[in-house]
Parts: sequence; structure tokens; C-alpha cells
Amino acid sequence: MLKTSPFHARTAPLVRAQTWRRWAGYQMASAYDPHPDREVAAIRNAAALIDVSPLYKYRLAGRDAARLIDRMITRDVTKLKIGQVYYTPWCDAHGKVIDDGTVTRLEERVYRLTSADSSLRWLQMNAFGLEVEIEDHSERVGTLALQGPLARAVLTAAADTDVASLPYFRACQTSVRGVPVALSRTGYTGDLGYELWVESARALELWDALVAAGASYGLSPAGVWALDIARIEAGLIMLDVDYYSAHHALIEARKSSPLEINLGWAVSATKGPFNGRAALRAERSRGATWGFVGLEIDWRSFERLHAAHGLPPHVPNVAWRASAPVYADGVQVGYATSGCWSPLLKRLLALAHLRAPYFRPGTPLEIEVTVEHRRERALAAVHALPFYDPERKKS
Amino acid sequence: MSARRYDAIVIGGGHNGLVAAAYLARAGRRTLVLEKRERVGGAAVTEEIFPGFKFSVFSYVVSLLRPEIIRDLDLPRHGLQILPLESTITPLENGDYLGSWADPDETRRELCRHSPRDADAAAVFGRLMHHMAMAVRPILGMVPPDPGSLSPRDLKGLIELGGHFRALGAEKFHALHKLMTMSSADYLDEWFEFDPLKATKSASGIIGTFLGPRSPGSAYVLLHHYMGEIDGAFRAWGFQKGGTGAISESLASAARSHGAEIRVGAGVERVIVRGGRARGVALASGEELHADHVISGLDPRQTFTRLVQPAELPDDLNRGIARYKFRGSSGKVNLALAGLPDFTCLPGNGPHLRGAVSISPSLEYLERAYDDAKYGEFSRHPYMDIVIPSMIDPGMAPPGKHVMSIFVQYAPYALNGGWSDAKRDAFGDAVVKTLARYAPNIESLILHRQVLTPHDIERITGLSEGNIFQGELALQQLFFLRPVPRWAKYRTPIHGYWQCGAGTHPGGGIMGASGRLAALEILRGTP
Repeated sequence: MLKTSPFHARTAPLVRAQTWRRWAGYQMASAYDPHPDREVAAIRNAAALIDVSPLYKYRLAGRDAARLIDRMITRDVTKLKIGQVYYTPWCDAHGKVIDDGTVTRLEERVYRLTSADSSLRWLQMNAFGLEVEIEDHSERVGTLALQGPLARAVLTAAADTDVASLPYFRACQTSVRGVPVALSRTGYTGDLGYELWVESARALELWDALVAAGASYGLSPAGVWALDIARIEAGLIMLDVDYYSAHHALIEARKSSPLEINLGWAVSATKGPFNGRAALRAERSRGATWGFVGLEIDWRSFERLHAAHGLPPHVPNVAWRASAPVYADGVQVGYATSGCWSPLLKRLLALAHLRAPYFRPGTPLEIEVTVEHRRERALAAVHALPFYDPERKKS
Repeated sequence: MSARRYDAIVIGGGHNGLVAAAYLARAGRRTLVLEKRERVGGAAVTEEIFPGFKFSVFSYVVSLLRPEIIRDLDLPRHGLQILPLESTITPLENGDYLGSWADPDETRRELCRHSPRDADAAAVFGRLMHHMAMAVRPILGMVPPDPGSLSPRDLKGLIELGGHFRALGAEKFHALHKLMTMSSADYLDEWFEFDPLKATKSASGIIGTFLGPRSPGSAYVLLHHYMGEIDGAFRAWGFQKGGTGAISESLASAARSHGAEIRVGAGVERVIVRGGRARGVALASGEELHADHVISGLDPRQTFTRLVQPAELPDDLNRGIARYKFRGSSGKVNLALAGLPDFTCLPGNGPHLRGAVSISPSLEYLERAYDDAKYGEFSRHPYMDIVIPSMIDPGMAPPGKHVMSIFVQYAPYALNGGWSDAKRDAFGDAVVKTLARYAPNIESLILHRQVLTPHDIERITGLSEGNIFQGELALQQLFFLRPVPRWAKYRTPIHGYWQCGAGTHPGGGIMGASGRLAALEILRGTP
């Protein structure tokens, strides 16, 4: 049996075409409308409410909580202030990425770690000899992402305390119409937004409160299809789609270092020992052999491939997640792992792994596309990530 | 006298003028746009008519904005953000409704409720119209070749066009010919039986023209809708965030980013012509500005009778312009609402309020609305195309409040006895009263009402006779005939004086095509 989220009683009646999907063992909405266009627009134009409860959540508390996290992640957790959030990858001893997620310092010695994949065993292994209590809160806590330009207005209308000044990647405790909520200015859309963490038992109250407050602000529930388009526009990577966990990759070639998936910025050069430090230092000094970048597919070229069959260009209204070969001068130099038509930017976007030196912005390439049952190559160019980065995200 | 000198001066900051300016500036030309109003946009403007309530005062949706313009000018970076307008409902006189939704299967089931036969026909009809639209679409991006000319370029264009139509095959070519000559009612009668469906489809054929659904020549405008669908992948059909004024602002921003200057509050009095050549413009303020090229984005009457002296122009052009039909036939009612309208056919809030509401219950209803106009009156029960922009973009009205845009047909420019404040009020009353038949609570919600007759449209925007397309989109003044034969290629008989705008090929709507084509013509001649 797939699990259902603590918000299921509210979301289920809204899924008009029964478009559900599996997500980490949960049954989650792909979209509420039969097509996600309106939900995508809500994320960029008004506000969207996205159930992201399948994320794994751990509460780490005790004298050595910071030491545990510091040993694990690539960023320097000794610099993380109370009420601050880090986005970070973590690696195995060879500097290959296991997962990525967020670390929030809730109190002096209390942290919350979120991950895409279950991380309990890895946490416990790294906690060997340390005084830290590890609690798996994955099912005890439901999570809603409230994302979009009007997210702050909705939250201000709903919250019992003043949360409007909460800065980007900061967290605080508040309540929403009496429901205690841990709030963070985070999200997976690259837009202004928040994530709200609530005891599962009170999840429905929180949903109702936000929906009521959002009615005047165009708040719309949005499913994973819409989220997927937003995260590609924002250039945010996804485990099991854009890269494999070092713990699950069947062959070495499937593993990636943070430098190879555009997370080099999150690898501290100055912090103390952590998993993968030596390997990452060596890799940094010799230069990464792969890069993870954006690709923009040339519309005219795409249009020509269709016109050859007498067809107007066709793009799906959901993101694709099939691997597509990428070529330079006829030779394969990498592969794209996900992509979409961005209704916002009016561009065809993809996220791709490319060999050095082809990942430099502006590099002209070709990407395989299927047009009328034929494999063709469309022109594409490397684009630095993110594709979309509105000022309001951090303002 | 000013010493400033430009490569190009664009008269009128409507969307086509802005597109032309952006393309010229992008090609490195020193370009200046002069707009008489205090804001750019022409008929694509957003204004806060009532405190806190923003209105796309005139033009209110985007359908045919050319994808190449969106790409070339990178408009999303400059603020273009088109939000989906997914549905249309037509409330019926019997309290039921006809709906068309984002999901084609859902739409088909809905139509099936009224006519299973039409539900089947709609799919086949859609395919035919797809082919028709594909056939006509290249014309939108083409400088019209002149069939009366023997120049190599015209001949090449005609041969290409001929080849293009031959490639359609006999069946589709015949269908295209019918589409070009029939009335929309007759054309739709060949396909459908459910009258409200025919009425709603035919309504797109009468917008902005002085024709009824039974007037020959009204069918081809049906194509416009399907042309929007061909570019459907681009999702450029819908409602611009912040109203249509935000499209104009995005074009202005793109033009400025390439170095164009834009001056508002700068009405042009006349084009300075010396020795058969345009030398610049004189502003209403007396200031003179000089340029090698002057492009008028105003309508053909303004371009050829006000900005220059007819004595500078050949007689056949003067005659053609005198005959060119404007005959504004549409009005607009903008409402600030305290809450949401409650439609009898679909009570309460729902997805239908995020789409269009078409008041087109039957073909007879539309034809009678036209009859009123034919005899010089506004329609007592008009055709209306209604949207509630604040349901799609909450920024258009204060939280919990709404704005409603009502496009109204028919309101003839030449009203019997002329337009007056009292007539305008009576027209507004007729609109609200008609809507109240379907949404009885509407009157109690109105906080503010703005009524715009063709006279008002002319007064505010300068569009002659208030025609929203700078002249009717009728077959006798389209393609190589727009605005007049021999002068449909953006040139004028005055060297260095050019025209763009809806009064030139390919016509109206927020399309931008004429602005682009005019700029490319200018650039072609001046490397």
C-alpha cells in the first residue's frame, strides 16, 4: 500500500482526473486539474500550495548534533546560526553525492535535516561515538510549500505572528490560526516562498487556514507536474532524475561529485574533516570532468524539424525525465536528464550533464529530440543555471 | 528647432510602433518613439480607473502575439507573462449553459450533452480549420506581394504563394475559398446543428467589424481563433499579468534595452516633407525632430490625411484612403465589482469564472443585435465577451474585489442623433441589464462603471471612428489591399515615410506582426 500524506483528506477530492503518482512511497497528486498549466501559472503569478510531505525529515538533538552534521555535509555547519537554513549535498568517502537536502538550526543544539531519500542508517553510522539523538519525523510531520509572488501576502493574512520580515533561508516558529507551525523561507520553485512544517495530527487545520486566507490572493493547490516545471526553470536538481545516489548507483559511472552537479559552491574549502573531503579537494585542484548546466533548445530549429512533416511544433505541458543524448560536432558529449517547455520564459529548457569543456555557457550543441517517430537533432546552447531567478525570491 | 537627429522616428507608441522601434533599435538604428498620451500602449493600456482597480481599458486578451517577436525581443525578460484563460461558457436562455474547457475530452462530453452529432463534428471541423489556419499562417509573416506588379520580388512572392496554395490540394483549397467568401452562419450551418454553439463560434467572426453572422465574408475571421491554436504550443493565448498595458510596457522595455528613446506626452502635429522626402516630424509643441525615416503607427486616415498633406500623395491613394472603411462597431464596459457575479446557469464561484463568458445564446440573437446597429442604434441585447481578470491575476483588484471587462458588439460609431452622455449611459445600462438576465446579482456588485463608446475610443486613443482594428478586417481591405492597393508594403509614396499598425497587413489584435514587418522592410532597404 502506498502511504497517503496528512493532507490527503483535503487534496484527494481536488484531484479531478485521478492523476496520482508515486513519490517516495506516497500517493501524491501529479496535478489537480487535468492539465497543469494553471497550477504552473499560480506558482509564478499568484501563490501555490504544494504538498511536499514525502520528504524525509530528521530531528537531530544533543551535545554532538552539530558534529554529526558537520561530519556529513559539505558545508560548514559551525557557521549555521540559530534560525538559519542551509541547502547542501552530502557525500560518501569518495566525494560522490549521496543525497541533497536542507539543514535547519532550530535551537542551540537541535537541527532538522531533510532529504529526498531515507537517511536514517547513514545518520546512525555517522553518529558513531557521538552524543546525539536521531529521531525520524518523516511521518510525524506534514509539509506544505507555499510558493509564489503572493506567498508572503497569504502567509501574512494567515499567520498569528509577524512573519513578513523572515529572510531568505531563515526559519522561525509561528502559528497559523492557532496551529503551531515551524516556518522556513525555503522551497523548490526558485520563487518567493515558504515551507510550513506541522504535526500531522493538525495538518488539515493548517491546510484549511491557508486555503481560507489565500482565497483573495489566487492561491491554488499545485501538484508535482507544476512543481517539476518550476524547479527546472529554477535549475534545481532532483535525486533519481538528474543524478543517482552514490548509495544506489549500480556502476561507478552513475555517481556524481557535487562539483559535477553544479553544487561546487556548497563544498566548503575551509571546514574541518567531513565525508569526501580529500577526494573533493583533489577533484577541485584538477578540475571537474563533468558539469551540470542548463540547455536552451533553439525554437527555430525545433520548429523546422516539425515543419518538415507539415506539423506545427508540439511540446508536452509536463516536464520530461527521459535521458537525451547531447552532441558537439556530431560526437556525444553528454546527456540531458530532464527538461520542459517553460510557459513563463517561452523557451524549451533542459538540464544536462556535459563533459569538459562543453559546459561553458554559450557552447553550441545539439540535443536528440523525437519528432514524428524519428530521432532528430535540434540545435541547443548551454545556459548558466538558473534559467529564472526573480528578485523577489530573496527580497 | 532642435539639432537632434535620429535614424528613425516612430509616431505613436502603440504596440506595433513599439515593436517596430525595438527591431530598428536592435539593428543599431537611433530610434525615437513619440506618443501623445502620457503612457505607451495605444489601445493596449492598463489604467487604474477606480482606486485599487486596474483595467485593460480597451484591448483585453492576447491571442496572436507572434512567437518570433516574443523570442527576438526576449519579452518574458521584459515582463511578458501570459496567464492561461482556459474556458468559455455561453449561458443559454433556458438557464442551461454551453461550456468549453481546457481539456478537449471534457469539452467534447459537454457538447455531447447538447448534441452528440456536433460533438463528433467538432473534432473533424477542428482538423479542417487546423489545415486552413496552417495554409493562411505564412501570410501573417509575409510582406504582401502585389498581384498587379511585375517586379521580381512580387513575382517571386506570388509564385511562392501560388505554390503554397496548390500544395493544399483541391479539397482544402475549395474549403478555403468557401471560408473566404461565406457568412459564418452559413459556413457553420454546414457543420453543426446546436444553435448556441454556432452562435458562440460565429461571434469571433463579427468582432470589430460592421457585419452580422449572416453577412458574407464573416466566416474567414473564424480562422483567427484556430491560428491561435496552431501556436498553442507556445501558450501565447491568454491574459497578460497586469493587463494588456503590461505587454506594451514589456515592448517599451525591450526597445529601450536596445537603445530606443521613448517620449510620452509628445503628440506629433505633422511629418516634415521636403522634396518628396520625409525629413522628420513637428510636434504639437512646435519642436521639430529630424530623421531619415519616419514610421507612422497611426491608422491610415491619420497617416495619409492628417500627418501629411494629401497634395503630396497620388490621387489613387487619396481616393483609396477616403473609401477605406473604419465604422467602429464595438464598445467596452469596465466594471469594478465588490464581489463575484453569480450566474444562474452555474451558481457560485467556480472554474468558469476564470474563463470567458460569451453572451451569444443564438445566431438569431446576434443577428438581431446587428440589426439594431444596421439601422443606427446600439444593440439593445448585445453580444458580449466577458472576462474577470482579477480571477486570473489577483493583482488587478484589491483582495476579495474584482474587475470585469465586457467587450460589447454592436455600438455603431455613427449612432442616430450622435453619441451623448445620456446615450452612453443608456448603452451602459443595456449592457448591465443584459448581463443581469444571466447573473442577476451583477447590479448590486457594481462599485464603478466605465462605459466606452466608439466615440470615446476615438477621443482617447485617436483610432478613427473608434475602430479597434484601425479599419475593418473585411476582405476588400486585407492582405495586398490593406490599407489600399499598391501601398500594402509599409512604404508610402513619400520617400522615407513608412506605415505600420493594424491598418496595414496583417491587421488587428495584439499581434505585433506589422510593426516587425515594417521594421524589416526599412532595414532591408538601408543596410
